[in-house]
Amino acid sequence: MTVNALAKEDFDPASVVTHDPVVRVEAISKHYGSVEALRSIDLQFERGKLTTLLGPSGCGKTTLLKIIAGLVPATSGQIIVNGRAVTGPGPERAFVFQDFALMPWATVLRNVGFGLELKGMAAAERNRIARRYIEEVGLQGFEDKYPHELSGGMRQRVGIARAFAVNADVLLLDEPFSAVDEQNRRKFQEDLLRLVEMERKTFIFVTHSIEEAVYVSDRIVLLSPRPGRVSNIIDPRIDRTANPDDIRRDPGYLDVVEEIWQGLRHYAE
Amino acid sequence: MSVMSQDVKVVAPAATTREALRLFAERRRSFWVVLSLAVLFTTWEIAGRIPISFAFPTFLDTLAAFFEMVGDGTMIRAFFLTLQPLVLGVAVSALLGITLGIVMGLSDRVEWLLAPVFIVLQAAPMAALVPLVTFVYGIGLVAKTLAVIMLALPVIVLNSYKAVRHVNPSLVDMCRSFQGTRRQQIFKIIIPDAAPVLFAGLRLGVAAGFIGVMLAELLITPTGIGDLITYHRSVANYAHMYAAVAAIIAASTVTLALLQWFETNVMRPEKRRS
Repeated sequence: MTVNALAKEDFDPASVVTHDPVVRVEAISKHYGSVEALRSIDLQFERGKLTTLLGPSGCGKTTLLKIIAGLVPATSGQIIVNGRAVTGPGPERAFVFQDFALMPWATVLRNVGFGLELKGMAAAERNRIARRYIEEVGLQGFEDKYPHELSGGMRQRVGIARAFAVNADVLLLDEPFSAVDEQNRRKFQEDLLRLVEMERKTFIFVTHSIEEAVYVSDRIVLLSPRPGRVSNIIDPRIDRTANPDDIRRDPGYLDVVEEIWQGLRHYAE
Repeated sequence: MSVMSQDVKVVAPAATTREALRLFAERRRSFWVVLSLAVLFTTWEIAGRIPISFAFPTFLDTLAAFFEMVGDGTMIRAFFLTLQPLVLGVAVSALLGITLGIVMGLSDRVEWLLAPVFIVLQAAPMAALVPLVTFVYGIGLVAKTLAVIMLALPVIVLNSYKAVRHVNPSLVDMCRSFQGTRRQQIFKIIIPDAAPVLFAGLRLGVAAGFIGVMLAELLITPTGIGDLITYHRSVANYAHMYAAVAAIIAASTVTLALLQWFETNVMRPEKRRS
């Protein structure tokens, strides 16, 4: 425990209660050659909640998310989704990429419907579904535009609509707003909360922004770096019925931000 | 008075012409293309008139020789003969080259197996290998087609291979995350994303194919455009010789420009709007 300055003396991840876990991470370790990226991670993600993986760079949060997605194989341990161990990507999980990963040669409509296209759904059907989610993320009117004609924020809306369109239980978001400017980020965070409310899905969200994590999350998993380990789990319990500006001024919100910052400042250079 | 009115009449249209030209120059890229060619041809004409060499015809003489050769059908017959090994060789190189390049890009083992061969072939001075081809395949269409392939294939293979290796890995991950099959990954992500570089390789390959067919016609047996060049040189008909040289250069340039147009307008519709 003395090695891990971030962890509270009495902290034990197993003591955190999680009802109805949709994703379970069991003893996941990851080595890149001789570099230990993740050490024996045990986590449970509650259905219908937004859980954030937060930590300084090098803590392996994106690696962990990609292991959950099945995009990166773990060195040891297993990922259990809906009670079944998974080894690769599956229809119950959808990924939102940090760099958007949109096909530059395809229109917004085709990009959003691409997950359905890969499943072999007929064009009329998938376009109907794609249009619905394009509207849900606020991009109606842009169906026939190409990604380079959109701003960074709008591109990520396309990425989010694409992930929603396949109707997965779990959405995995890898620093989705890091390439978006500050004003749009705030708007985005509010929109994300609205979508969480509407879609009733499980969200696993990776970010390095403490404010963003506290603002959007039901639960925050703090990871510490080299190797990545779970150092704390925090439930912010922010009242989200209040309006966004009040939340950002709320003493409870600011206290949680401060608490996390005190835990992490040790890693800042 | 009459003199005055005459002056006005002359000046007025000149001013509008100049104005029209200025507007045209601002709006159209083609103006600068035409200007560039005009400078080139004028320099050629002046150089021919000096003359810098008795074997260097003026531009106008060359142009006249060109139309004469088009008129009596020799130019058309020559192109018909030259285009056979060229089209055949480029078609084989494009199909085989893009396929091999893509397979090399997708599989490390195939890359290790084939890349050294094509790197050596690309580095080799192909003109030195042409006599070998003649020795094995004689002097017919096969030998000439082979000369085209020898020049065009390596550049197409190596560019296609590089194109596939530089595909955005995030897009491939995206396809995997939505459970795309390997086949979907190749045809829906890798090939479309590699298309611009594939096409650049194809353009270089076509340019190399033109070099190949000229080498074949000058070194194997004089036919087509190569024959026109060799024959008119031997009888000191320099204007005709230059007309044949310029014609093949023009054909090559137009072909490459058409490929470029095809790429931006057909392969990548999103580029057109930007």
